[in-house]
Amino acid sequence: MSFPLLTATAAVPAIGAIATAAVPAAKRTVAKWLALLFSLATLVLAAVVAVRFTPGAKGPFQLTESHAWIRSFGVRYELGVDGIAVALIALTALLVPFVILAGWHDADPMEGPEPNRRWRPTQGFFALILAVEAMVVISFEATDVFLFYIFFEAMLIPMYFLIGGFGDRAGSGGEEHSASLRSQAAVKFLLYNLAGGLIMLAAVIGLYAATADQLGSGTFSLTEIVQARADGKLALGTGTERLLFLGFFFAFAVKAPLWPLHTWLPGAMGESTAPVAVLITAVVDKVGTFAMLRFCLQLFPEASSWATPVILVLALVSILYGALLAVGQRDIKRLIAYASISHFGFIIMGIFAMTSQGQGGATLYMVNHGISTAALMLVAGFLISRRGSRLIADYGGVQKAAPVLAGTFLVGGLATLSLPGLAPFVSEFLVLVGTFSRYPAVGIVATVGIVLAALYVLVLYQRTMTGPVKSEVRAMPDLKARELAVVAPLIALLLFLGVYPKPLTDLVNPAVDHTLSVVDQHDPRPDVPVKADAEAAK
Amino acid sequence: MENLIALLVAAPLAGAALLLCGGRRLDRAGHWIGTLFALASFALAVPLFTELLGRDAEQRTLHQHLFSWIPVGGFQADVAFQLDQLSMTFVLLITGVGSLIHIYSVGYMEHDERRRRFFGYLNLFLAAMLLLVLADNYLLLYVGWEGVGLASYLLIGFWQHKPSAATAAKKAFLVNRVGDMGLSIAIMLMFTTFGTFAFGPVLGAVGETSEGKLTAIGLMLLLAACGKSAQVPLQSWLGDAMEGPTPVSALIHAATMVTAGVYLITRSGAIFNGAPDAQTAVVVVGAVTLLFGAIVGCAKDDIKKALAGSTMSQIGYMILAAGLGPIGYAFAIMHLVTHGFFKAGLFLGAGSVMHGMNDEVDMRRYGGLRKYMPVTFITFGLGYLAIIGFPGLSGFFSKDKIIEAAFAKGGTEGWILGGAALLGAAITAFYMTRVMLMTFFGEERWRKAPTPSPAEPSVEPAAETRGEYTPPHPHESPKSMTIPMILLAVGSVAAGGLFSINEAFVKWLEPVTDFEHGHPPLSASAITTATIVVMVLGVALAYFQYGRKPVPAVAPRGSLLTRAARRDLLQDDFNHAVLVRGGGELTRALVQLDHSVVDGAVRGTAASMGGLSGRLRQVQNGFARSYAVQMLGGAAVLIAATLLMRGV
Repeated sequence: MSFPLLTATAAVPAIGAIATAAVPAAKRTVAKWLALLFSLATLVLAAVVAVRFTPGAKGPFQLTESHAWIRSFGVRYELGVDGIAVALIALTALLVPFVILAGWHDADPMEGPEPNRRWRPTQGFFALILAVEAMVVISFEATDVFLFYIFFEAMLIPMYFLIGGFGDRAGSGGEEHSASLRSQAAVKFLLYNLAGGLIMLAAVIGLYAATADQLGSGTFSLTEIVQARADGKLALGTGTERLLFLGFFFAFAVKAPLWPLHTWLPGAMGESTAPVAVLITAVVDKVGTFAMLRFCLQLFPEASSWATPVILVLALVSILYGALLAVGQRDIKRLIAYASISHFGFIIMGIFAMTSQGQGGATLYMVNHGISTAALMLVAGFLISRRGSRLIADYGGVQKAAPVLAGTFLVGGLATLSLPGLAPFVSEFLVLVGTFSRYPAVGIVATVGIVLAALYVLVLYQRTMTGPVKSEVRAMPDLKARELAVVAPLIALLLFLGVYPKPLTDLVNPAVDHTLSVVDQHDPRPDVPVKADAEAAK
Repeated sequence: MENLIALLVAAPLAGAALLLCGGRRLDRAGHWIGTLFALASFALAVPLFTELLGRDAEQRTLHQHLFSWIPVGGFQADVAFQLDQLSMTFVLLITGVGSLIHIYSVGYMEHDERRRRFFGYLNLFLAAMLLLVLADNYLLLYVGWEGVGLASYLLIGFWQHKPSAATAAKKAFLVNRVGDMGLSIAIMLMFTTFGTFAFGPVLGAVGETSEGKLTAIGLMLLLAACGKSAQVPLQSWLGDAMEGPTPVSALIHAATMVTAGVYLITRSGAIFNGAPDAQTAVVVVGAVTLLFGAIVGCAKDDIKKALAGSTMSQIGYMILAAGLGPIGYAFAIMHLVTHGFFKAGLFLGAGSVMHGMNDEVDMRRYGGLRKYMPVTFITFGLGYLAIIGFPGLSGFFSKDKIIEAAFAKGGTEGWILGGAALLGAAITAFYMTRVMLMTFFGEERWRKAPTPSPAEPSVEPAAETRGEYTPPHPHESPKSMTIPMILLAVGSVAAGGLFSINEAFVKWLEPVTDFEHGHPPLSASAITTATIVVMVLGVALAYFQYGRKPVPAVAPRGSLLTRAARRDLLQDDFNHAVLVRGGGELTRALVQLDHSVVDGAVRGTAASMGGLSGRLRQVQNGFARSYAVQMLGGAAVLIAATLLMRGV
């Protein structure tokens, strides 16, 4: 038996979480370094996964591990990755060290006498982040539906405490007021996601029942179910398949927020600290869109095609609605949250366009959106921590006082509006082209999103960074070394993946082709293919 | 040799990266570093040009394939370059005029503490524009296209502590993005039609598809061109863009940016040739804009804004010519090049005037400056003669050809277009003479303290009117500024004539753009005579109004048209009322809606489903556990029901 690489990639942050939590109260700094160390170790393992993975090799999943777990219910501990999962694991492992570094002081105890000496917020903060990482990673790896479900749900617990327990020290109504807003946001997050998850649980069990019915013994294994469908051994009735699909999709649409299930996100991202907001939108929410690709489409291909028109319309609404609401926000972090809703609309649109450009683009979009939102949100967090306010109107002329901060903020913003040359452009254009080639009207309307994106980004930049220097802003210090160490690599990555995304597309393309073949969809052919001429010209 | 192509783009790009990331260490030498990288690109362009000249006319296309950029299924985008006669022309203009503007800026921006950054942005501008004209496919062109938008955003808003500059920069980017939508959709259409968006294959396969498809692609490309080239209806950003430092205006108006739309249409000539309806749209846009810009140019008292109206109008001529098909492409590009010389010269001249006049831009505060700045006067004057089409100077050759081609379109259309082009020539002569007279001739109005303008009563009286007024001391600019102006004046004088010897320019471009001789209903000499006559009329009219009579220091109220023209023919008012106000209302309404209706509906559904509406208050107090337990209970019931139904 070979080394269980995938298990290790999830286990290392889990062990890190326990180790960090166990650090004594007085040794806060040790806990921080420990957390950073474990997150870096996870990054190394994720890199090993990426290297050991062979894009385009035979079979849907690689580096597989499989053990019986709950025999009576056919639940297996089954892990495996395709190119999409490898890309998202890499994204997660990459972002968490930056999240930790950016949140270095976010959980330091308040000044003044400590109310309770046994409460160790710093240790807790970093342990919770690592716990989320572990669960997200295993969600990307699980090929057993039940195993996936457990961690999909379990990650709500650490997220709930991260949102409710740690906020900016920046409320206009005092600490008490912001604590109450925070806990409301956390509860809302929990309720929405629990509701989604519980409906999914019903569908998971329904799926088990159906397989038990037709295959003799029930199974949760994705590969087995897909194989059985292909062999004709398993045939869900149309009605059953649609119901099960909706059960799964509902949970994922809450997590990845799709309009109109999005309303928990602005609160959760607005009230939590910037690093936690990044964790929510860049990492945890990606499990939702990832699961649409892996589970919704592959388990229920016919129902997926059946639901496509409605989902495309909802995605389109998300794109425009999220962008318009972003324009109307007064709070920097809520603005970024609504922008993310718009971007999730693009991702979901790309997935359900059912073309290789659409789904490849959607996968790239997940990665690129993670990096660009992290860059923008973390710089926004640095800005907010300096001034103690999230309101856009409280800023003005920051560019003059802190040019590097303003410059990095602008690059993050330009990535958010998908400027060519930066990574998000590649994915956004692929999604648009992939959608357009099958649904031209949807593609054209979605293009309006690129104008609105420019509007909310540039308005945000103009109001905060340009204009006369406000007196509260005048003495604002520029980015410190630690902060620059967070932002600079993210920006470099945005540039690199914008100019040379080929490593990523090579990784993702075979997995997308596999998904499309399971769903039995083919790219539309051009009217006048001139491919041959192009080859000849070279 | 073709391996040098990428370096053309790489040189200014490296300069930009170095200057923007280099930090304060480079402050002292930053401007020279930037200029050096611009000149390096020009120095690379010259041997490439001689290489092309040395080849047969049909062998003058070089390709360089760097790497595969976005390969996903049938979608294959490459980073690859194509250098042919059309792109070579642009490269020489961009790097040549661009370098001169760099040199000029060394002096002009001398006292700006952020000069290094300014040069970084200038380099970025050149790099983006070079990428735009050297790309061998539409998607890579798009990168340059938006890169130009970014660079102009950064430069227009360079003095971003001024809210007006920051707003103008944002506006330019946004209006351009509307155009970019057109380019995106055009590329998507090409992909679904041809399966590719590389120039060669697409333009070669145009004959195999329907006219409807080509018209759609053509119209989308036109939308893109309207945004970047400031053509009606997307022209509103250009006037505001004057908020940027003057060398930026010269760069945007002469060598880069606004010429991109003309390039796009000329490059896509094969598509337009197959889509007559799209061509009609192009000529209409061109004709309308050339008059629109000219009228706006007549009413502006701000020297830069008058020149901006003029640019709009001149680009209108080029778009008109490009819409005429093979009889016009070459002339569109020829006018673009000559315009590049004289417009850059005029803007640098305006900058030089401002430099000597304490940054005053109001021409009513100028007058009689020819004595104080002789070099500026002469170079500006030559640019002036060139733009109005004075016989023998550059503008004469290129504009006359466009007017001829417009008549040659034939039928009523030809008469309308030709008439519009002639009328435009008359108005051009009028407003440029006005600029010339108000600035360099007449009474020295700057000696007297300014009086508040009744036309704009909202403007606060300037500081000087309240206390003692000290008049400015007009003086000639330093050598680093005047030398570029002199070189550009030489181009303004000679380029048109040189290009026309043996139709050299047309023959050079013909293999790329195709060329047909137009057959206007009037003889060529009749049209030339008419052009000269209307020009003289325009000059005379301006002379009687601004040369014979004293120029009022305060703008008279003016006719309805004048007042509308001062406000850019009310387009901004329309945009503001409909888009800004309307959009603002919409977003505010949506923010309300999101909170009360969408969120409320989801909250309500959740509550009523579980029969928990009475406990909602508890939730808000944070009693998550009880809610969660009830949810769990509900789910358990659901699961049990499912299982029972299945009979497991």
